[in-house]
Amino acid sequence: MSLNRELLGRRYESREPYEVALVKVREFARALGDENPLYHDPAAARRAGYPHVIAPPTFAVVVAQAERLAMLRDPELGLDPARMLHTEQRFRYRRPIFAGDALLATAEIVDISVRGQHEVLAWRQELAAADGDVICTLDGSVFSRGTAPA
Amino acid sequence: MIEAGTRLPPLETRLTRLDLVRYAGASGDFNPIHWSESAAATARLPTVIAHGMLTMGVALRAVTEWCGDPGLVVDYGVRFSRVVPVPDGEGALIRVDGAVAHVDDDGTAHVELSVTHAGDEVLTRAYAVVRPPRDGRLEP
Repeated sequence: MSLNRELLGRRYESREPYEVALVKVREFARALGDENPLYHDPAAARRAGYPHVIAPPTFAVVVAQAERLAMLRDPELGLDPARMLHTEQRFRYRRPIFAGDALLATAEIVDISVRGQHEVLAWRQELAAADGDVICTLDGSVFSRGTAPA
Repeated sequence: MIEAGTRLPPLETRLTRLDLVRYAGASGDFNPIHWSESAAATARLPTVIAHGMLTMGVALRAVTEWCGDPGLVVDYGVRFSRVVPVPDGEGALIRVDGAVAHVDDDGTAHVELSVTHAGDEVLTRAYAVVRPPRDGRLEP
């Protein structure tokens, strides 16, 4: 079954902010094998001019996960998880994510295209800080194998 | 002095099944192709594979260990071109090489990355943009 193009432009929004916890940042950094003190030590982070520890740049996928999953699992979209393959990911930051941040995430379907027998679903996600400023933009796409319209 | 052509110290790291389990827990990505042999077989994969986002996250260490402050990374993007099979026991060795492609007038460095496993590029078009610290130029 092909992806439903009527969902182009559909937006998914947080119901509640994601609160970034120090222990979660440390856990994520350790999972990357990364002992950078700016991820682990609040005093070191403050000496570097940050209000608290910063999160690894790819941590944004965790913060924006609920909205991304709401999009990918939207029954109206018709995406089969068994045919899905993550193909691209990009992060743009206006400032790092800090422990203590309460971030609101969005996800929006920005493109559905055909590549041979396959389809490509592209999205954009944004993380907004408590003051409303967007601090991170995530662009991603997945391959939907073998679902191109006949 | 950072200029076009400056090479980053290469990074080599071995991903094991334990790393995959740890990343699954830390990220909340519990897709079974990253921990279950039978799920991997059903997806016609040779064995369990690493999360693309784990490979992407680990690869950026080549940049952040070079510049020191991950908060200076303002842009990071990759294409996932090939899966990384992680057999039980030996795991998978990932190698990251990076070089500065160009430097803007304000000192912002554009870094291109080559991320390989067993000689194959597993991420392509991988790049990171690193801005200079507020108080000066990048001096790793």
